[in-house]
Amino acid sequence: MSGKGIRIEDLKKRYGTGDAAVDALNGVDMQVAPGEVVGLIGPSGSGKSTLLKCLGAVIEPSSGLMALGDEVIYHNGWKVRDLRALRRDKIGFVFQAPYLIPFLDVTDNVALLPMLAGIPNDEARRRAVELLTALDVQHRARAMPSRLSGGEQQRVAIARGLVNRPPIILADEPTAALDSERALAVIRILEDMASQFETAIIVVTHDEKIIPTFKRTYHIRDGITYEEAGEGRLLNSAGKLT
Amino acid sequence: MISLAGRDILHSWGKFVFTGIGLGLLIGVTLVMAGVYRGMVDDGKVLLDNSGADLWVVQKNTLGPYAESSSLYDDLYRSVLAMPGVAQAANVTYLTMQVQNNNRDVRAMIVGIMPGEVGQPGWPPQLVAGRQITRSHYEAVADIATGFKLGDTVDIRRNRYTVVGLTRRMVSSAGDPMVFIPLKDAQEAQFLKDNDAILQQRRRTTENPAFNRPGVPGLLDAVIASQSTNNYVNAILVRIKPGYLSHDVGANIVRWQRLQVYDRVQMEAILIGKLIATSAKQIGMFLVILAVVSATIVAFIIYTLTMDKIREIAVLKLLGTRNRTIASMIMQQAIALGVIGFAVGKITATFAAPLFPKYVLLVPSDSLVGFFAVLVICVLASLIAIRMALKVDPAEAIGG
Ligand SMILES: Nc1ncnc2c1ncn2[C@@H]1O[C@H](COP(=O)(O)OP(=O)(O)OP(=O)(O)O)[C@@H](O)[C@H]1O
Ligand SMILES: [Mg+2]
Repeated sequence: MSGKGIRIEDLKKRYGTGDAAVDALNGVDMQVAPGEVVGLIGPSGSGKSTLLKCLGAVIEPSSGLMALGDEVIYHNGWKVRDLRALRRDKIGFVFQAPYLIPFLDVTDNVALLPMLAGIPNDEARRRAVELLTALDVQHRARAMPSRLSGGEQQRVAIARGLVNRPPIILADEPTAALDSERALAVIRILEDMASQFETAIIVVTHDEKIIPTFKRTYHIRDGITYEEAGEGRLLNSAGKLT
Repeated sequence: MISLAGRDILHSWGKFVFTGIGLGLLIGVTLVMAGVYRGMVDDGKVLLDNSGADLWVVQKNTLGPYAESSSLYDDLYRSVLAMPGVAQAANVTYLTMQVQNNNRDVRAMIVGIMPGEVGQPGWPPQLVAGRQITRSHYEAVADIATGFKLGDTVDIRRNRYTVVGLTRRMVSSAGDPMVFIPLKDAQEAQFLKDNDAILQQRRRTTENPAFNRPGVPGLLDAVIASQSTNNYVNAILVRIKPGYLSHDVGANIVRWQRLQVYDRVQMEAILIGKLIATSAKQIGMFLVILAVVSATIVAFIIYTLTMDKIREIAVLKLLGTRNRTIASMIMQQAIALGVIGFAVGKITATFAAPLFPKYVLLVPSDSLVGFFAVLVICVLASLIAIRMALKVDPAEAIGG
C-alpha cells in the first residue's frame, strides 16, 4: 500500500503581505490512505479551496510539508521540478464548475489528458468512453459540451479527472450540480476508483446528501483541520478532542 | 494528439471565416497596391519597348521627352540619320490631351509619327484591327483602351480624324492610351491656337513697328508665317545598325549635334527613378500603413479570440498542458487566419485588378513576398496573445 496516499503536515498558506495578509491555512494536518475517499467540510472562507490548490500544485504554500506516498513534493519549498507534469500524471481535478473545453466533443474532453501524456488517440478515446460509460453519459459521447445539461457536464468533468488514473484526486464540490441519486452515484464511482486503483481522494463538499457516505471526514475552520471522531466530536492534529 | 487549434477553428469557424474575409479584403487592397506600382513600371517599360528605339535624342540638358518637355527642330533628324551607326531616325511628338469622340472625351497621349513604313521607330509595332496610317493627314491609330472603334471619328483640337487602326498596350508612362496621328498634324495640334488667338497675335505683330516696316514689304508676312507654323518635335527616335554599340553612337551624336542622347537603360532609369519615383514612394507609404493596419487587426482578433478562451486555457494549464502546446495553439490559429486572409486577398486582387482604370500588374513574386509577410505579421501579432495566455494562472480554473 506504500507509494500512494496523501500526507500533509503543518501546512500554512498566507496570501499577500503586511496589513493585507490573509492567513488562509494555519497548520493543516491530513492523511489520506490509498484507496480512501475522505470528505472535507468547512464554512465559506475556511480555506478548503486554498488547500486543494496547494495540494494540486497550482499555488505555493508558505511552509509545511506535502507528500504523495513516499515522494515529498513540498517541504518549505517545492521538491519537484516539473509541477506541470506532476499535475498531469499524479493529480486528477474535479472542479466546482465543469469547465469543459467548448471546442472539443465529450470524448475528446476526457481523452485530452491521456493524449497530452503521449498516449495514442485511439487508446485515449477508448479509456474515455469506458469512463463515460461508467458515469452513464456514453450516449452523449460525440456531443459538444454546450449541448449537455449541467449534470451531464459535471459527469464528463469527473470522467476527465479520473481518466489518467491519478494516484490522487481532488474534487471541489463535485456533486453541487447533481440530483441526490446521481450525486450518490458519483461518490460510488469515486469509491470504486479508490479501491480499484488505490487512489487517494479528497472531496470538498457542502452536500448534506453525501456527507454520511464518507468513512472519514475532515473539518476545516480558519485554516485549521480537525478530524471527525463520530458523534459530532472533532480531534485536532494532536489527537485531542475539541 | 489532436490539433487544439484546428478543433477551435472548426468549432467557431464562422468567426474565423468572417475575420479571415475582413483581413483578406485588406490584404487584397495591399496586393492591388503593389500591382498598381508594378503596372506603372510596366507601363514605362512598354512605352520604351513599343517606341522601337535604341536611342532617344532630345533637347540638350533635359530629361525628355517623357519626364520633361523637350523640343528639337524637325530637320535635325536628317543629320542624326547621317551619323555613323544610325540605321533609322524618326521624329516624334508627344502631347497628352483630352480627345473628343461623340460627346465623350478620353484622356489620351497623341503621338505624332513620321510617314514611312511599318517598323519605323515610333510606329505602333502591331495592330489588333485595321491598318496603319497611310495618308499624311487626318488618320489615326488608337489604343483599344480609348474605347474607339474602327471608323470612329475623333476630334483633336480643330481637326477631325478617322480611326483606321487599333492597337493595344500602347500607353504613356501615366497609363493614358495612345492615339497615333501623322507628324504634321501632331505638330499643328501642339501649336495650333484658336482663331481668336491667331487674330489677336496677328494684330499685335502688325502693330509692332519693328516687324511692320514700310520700307521692308515682305517682312510682316514672313514673321506671321513663322509664328503660325511649328517646326519643332519632341524627340528623335534612333535605331542603330547591328554591330554598333548604342553608347558609341550616342556619344557621337552628343559630340557633333550638341543634343542630349539617352539609351534604353538610361531612359528606364529616368522613367522609373524619376518620373514615377514619387508615386512609388506614395504607394510604399500605403503598403506600410496597410501592413501596420493588418498587423493591428490580426493582433486584436487573436487577442480577443484568446481572451474568450482564458478559462479553458487555465483548465488546460491545470491539467498539465505544456506552455509550448498552448503557445502553438494560438500561433497556429493566427497563421490559419493569415492563410485564410491571404487566400481571400489573392482572389479579391485577381478579380479586382482588371476593373481598375490603370494597368494593375499582379506579379507572382509579389504574392509570394506578401504571403510570407502575412505569415510573419500573424506570428508577431500572436505573440501578444501568447504572452497573455502564458500569464494565466492555472489556479483560476479551480475557482473559489
Ligand atoms: N488569491 C487570494 N488572495 C488573497 N486572499 C485569498 C485568495 N484566495 C482566497 N483568499 C482568502 O483565503 C481564505 C480562504 O479562501 P478559500 O477560497 O480557500 O475558502 P473556501 O473554504 O474555499 O470557501 P468557499 O466555501 O466559499 O469556497 C478566505 O478568507 C479568502 O478570502
Ligand atoms: Mg472554495
